[in-house]
Amino acid sequence: MIETVIFYVFAIATVVSATAVVTVRNPVHAALFLVLTFFTSAIIWMSLEAEFLAITLVLVYVGAVMVLFIFVVMMLDINVARLREGFVRYLPLGLLVAAIMLGLMLSVVTSDVFVLEAGSEPAPRAADYSNTKALGGVLYTDYVFAFEIAAVILLVAIIAAISLTMRKRSQTKYQVPSEQIKVRKADRLRIVKMPSEEKS
Amino acid sequence: MMTVTLSHYLILAAVLFSISIAGIVINRKNIIILLMSIELMLLSVNLNFIAFSHYLDDLAGQVFVFFILTVAAAEAAIGLAILVVLFRNKRSINVEDIKELKW
Repeated sequence: MIETVIFYVFAIATVVSATAVVTVRNPVHAALFLVLTFFTSAIIWMSLEAEFLAITLVLVYVGAVMVLFIFVVMMLDINVARLREGFVRYLPLGLLVAAIMLGLMLSVVTSDVFVLEAGSEPAPRAADYSNTKALGGVLYTDYVFAFEIAAVILLVAIIAAISLTMRKRSQTKYQVPSEQIKVRKADRLRIVKMPSEEKS
Repeated sequence: MMTVTLSHYLILAAVLFSISIAGIVINRKNIIILLMSIELMLLSVNLNFIAFSHYLDDLAGQVFVFFILTVAAAEAAIGLAILVVLFRNKRSINVEDIKELKW
């Protein structure tokens, strides 16, 4: 019973905040509503006994990706009014596309194929069952190659993001440490021989 | 109605996916909202995976969600980097202003 209440409360919160993400005027507000969507989704995932992924969603998405989004949104000087052009014009088309999509998906999802027989719901796990341990058990054995490819993907993403955004400024003066180390006394210091001057 | 079944989660994911489709259509000028809609889509797909993983008692679904999260994080980082470079060059992130390749 309590699971049902939790599901409906957070499902409605997820749908409402997701709707707000695509309709609010200010991109910063949209990003914050997306954070709310991730939080409520994490709670729904938690009720599906995927504790590790729920925490990962909050840590990785809210903690890293959304902070990056908000950082970029605030760094760029955006003309919101121009970006909203065509919002009303495309609203009927968007709703039509979404309604068709939703109708098709619901007709598939509520058909007999995806409805499990009554009573086939899995029993709740024991209190000492660790989702993280179970996930790690398969992740580092059966899926270890995929795991390493994921690591490579992250590395490529890091390199791509840095190399895309890094730029040399022409006005800025940089130090060249190797040149500084290589310098000799003869390069900088010149001793001039001259006779001492008489005090007049 | 009283107990939450697999269909409830699948319907919720379908609704989330449709909202993000609508978001892509109606916010087609704003790249930032487009990227957020894509994140929302990936979230709804992940919800499907986790629901099936729970109801079919198979951890493979959760492993798949783990990899989707990885790829989504990489995609967001590179997408935002491209966005920053674009803004630096054109002083705008409007889709209408990115038409150099359009002849």
